[in-house]
Amino acid sequence: MYDNLWLIPFFPLLGFLINGLLGRKIKNEKIIGTIGTLAIFASFIVSCIYFVRLLGDDVKTHETIVASWISMGPLSIDWGFLFDPLSALMILNVTGLSTLIHLYSIGYMHGEDGFARFFAYLNLFTFAMLILVLGNNALVMFVGWEGVGLCSYLLIGYYYEKRSASDAGKKAFVVNRVGDFGFLLGMFALFWGLGQNGVWTINFTEIAANAGALENGGILVTVITLCFFLGATGKSAQIPLYTWLPDAMEGPTPVSALIHAATMVTAGVYMIGRMNGLFAMAPDTMMVIAIVGAATAIFAATIGFAQNDIKRVLAYSTVSQLGYMFLAMGVGAFTAGIFHLLTHAFFKACLFLGSGSVIHGMHHAYHQAHLHHDPQDMRNMGGLRKKMPITFITFFLSTLAICGLPFFSAFFSKDEILWWAFASTRGHWILWLVGTVAAGMTAFYMFRLVFMTFFGEQKTDVRAKDHIPESPLVMTFPLMVLAVLATFGGLIGIPHVIGDLVGHIPNYIQNFLAPVFAQTQSLHQIGAHGAASTEFGTIGVSVGVGLVGIGLAWLMYCKNPQLPARFCASFSRFHRAVYNKWYVDELYDALFVNSTKRLGTMLWNFFDVRIVDGIVNGVARCIRGTGELLRHTQTGYTHSYAMSMVIGVVLIIAICVFQ
Amino acid sequence: MVVSVQHYMVVSAILFSLGTIGVLTRRNAIVVFMCIELMLNAVNLTFIALSSHLGNLDGQIFVLLVMTVAAAEAAVGLALMIAFYRNRESIDVEDFNLLKL
Repeated sequence: MYDNLWLIPFFPLLGFLINGLLGRKIKNEKIIGTIGTLAIFASFIVSCIYFVRLLGDDVKTHETIVASWISMGPLSIDWGFLFDPLSALMILNVTGLSTLIHLYSIGYMHGEDGFARFFAYLNLFTFAMLILVLGNNALVMFVGWEGVGLCSYLLIGYYYEKRSASDAGKKAFVVNRVGDFGFLLGMFALFWGLGQNGVWTINFTEIAANAGALENGGILVTVITLCFFLGATGKSAQIPLYTWLPDAMEGPTPVSALIHAATMVTAGVYMIGRMNGLFAMAPDTMMVIAIVGAATAIFAATIGFAQNDIKRVLAYSTVSQLGYMFLAMGVGAFTAGIFHLLTHAFFKACLFLGSGSVIHGMHHAYHQAHLHHDPQDMRNMGGLRKKMPITFITFFLSTLAICGLPFFSAFFSKDEILWWAFASTRGHWILWLVGTVAAGMTAFYMFRLVFMTFFGEQKTDVRAKDHIPESPLVMTFPLMVLAVLATFGGLIGIPHVIGDLVGHIPNYIQNFLAPVFAQTQSLHQIGAHGAASTEFGTIGVSVGVGLVGIGLAWLMYCKNPQLPARFCASFSRFHRAVYNKWYVDELYDALFVNSTKRLGTMLWNFFDVRIVDGIVNGVARCIRGTGELLRHTQTGYTHSYAMSMVIGVVLIIAICVFQ
Repeated sequence: MVVSVQHYMVVSAILFSLGTIGVLTRRNAIVVFMCIELMLNAVNLTFIALSSHLGNLDGQIFVLLVMTVAAAEAAVGLALMIAFYRNRESIDVEDFNLLKL
């Protein structure tokens, strides 16, 4: 019934091969774009079919083995796919968004050099992401994990002639390596730990079945999960490894939307959800995850206050929202975390694509006016809502969604997370408080962005301001679809308190994901319990805080546009620190980058020059010296050769005779 | 006086040594070449003497072989000598030094 799961990653791979190998020959942008988009769309259709099939199926977990990979003693690893409600949701999310973003890219990347290269990489990324999501064991997941990292690197460095872009690509890759190292260590430790109990496996279903053999809350399971979480901080841009994500905005905007907002960066959240049974056994790790998540949520939000690059604000917003997801995972709200992953994918993809539409328009205008201004600087925008009405409306709806205004998608997912942070057996009111404050800050910086970009008077250069067009339909259509999803997507997860109020609307996503999470939650007594009035209280507070944030943004950036400047002047030191991202990059440079560089230079000067080169040159010098000595025997005189022959013969005969 | 096999051995040893000394000391390539022939013939003499002494024909067959080879060698050697002379206008073995460092 589920035997043809391999088709889902196969189509993107096919698209990658066609565009990657023949793209230069095809040249026609329309054909290349259509191939790329159709490849993803085909796998979206297949995903939908399987999703519907799973909905009507009583058995919720299915594994199909495509081929055997490694078979060694007790260890056997297959190329296999695991299809359950969690991976079903994820493949829908990945293929659906990917289709829309591919479509958008046809318009956005129009006329770029390397159009085919872009689509090939994007297809390859989708392939790797699907492998990550569908893999039935940790190693196959790791293949996808590395694959998406590679594509992320390739696409961040898409404009490789630009120094900053190629640097950002390298930074993303290196920082991710740190996390990947943690993932690997976790995988090895888990394999060893389970092996001690007689089960040699890294298969997810077998891990879940045998996790009980490990000591509950013991040091081993804590170390294993912490290692995996380190992997997640790298891929999902959490403190301390978040620094690569804002720099990753050097890539084209569709890439930021697909990879650095909607799909790849949520891989860490997915991984924790996939191994929820293991993580639930380590309350200490869960606490660390919750604290890191909450800290990242609020920390990234502060940086978002002072950035002027439209994409960077969104990047820090992504970091902050990912923090929410980890907060959810940490307090045991697995369903809420995955739910927020979905809604975030909708509204953040829409926001990024919207910003891409704005950048596209600004770039076009500057190009027409022969100016070389930065098309991403919000200080040069303003008043764009009349120039780009569709972009504005979709962007505005998504902003309302991210701010958690009632009945938009993030309202349900974010409040579910905050409620769990407050009331879960693994939660704490401090976590809730931090999350709520961060929600207010989110509302503030997002509306700051909206006001600076779309409202107020137009601050674009006079020569360019009349040339800003609305983007073509191929770009606005995905925006509209995503805006609808961002607005109504939350209705799949209406919490019980609200559902009961209006009539018995079930929490669809919770019921759907129950086969994956419910067992863990009941086994470890994880749950959020509290009076309905308390839950309404937390909802009310977070909505209120959001409105305050919006109000403040309106006051500072709409009503009194001089206010921010005055504010910056009076708190100049604070503003400078925030503007410079709390100097975290500089700190990392000082602590890790420079010391590593110094170590490298030292090793180069000492080990490489003295020892490695010393050995190589020493051998050569030795041989040369021996040659110098021996060359004296080569006189070139026939007589001396004849003489030595005679002496040799005499010696041999003498030896034979006198032996 | 009976000429015994010892006499032959001594004569051929003397001839062989003369040839060796000639090869080592003379500079004219043709003389060196003739000295080598002398050494070969000293060996031939040993072969024949011992063959007759032991009553075994093997030695004589060897001599025929050596003479054939020596004839071929003489042809090749003289050809080399002429070729060398054409290049260097000399057949002095001291001038055979192109392989020197």
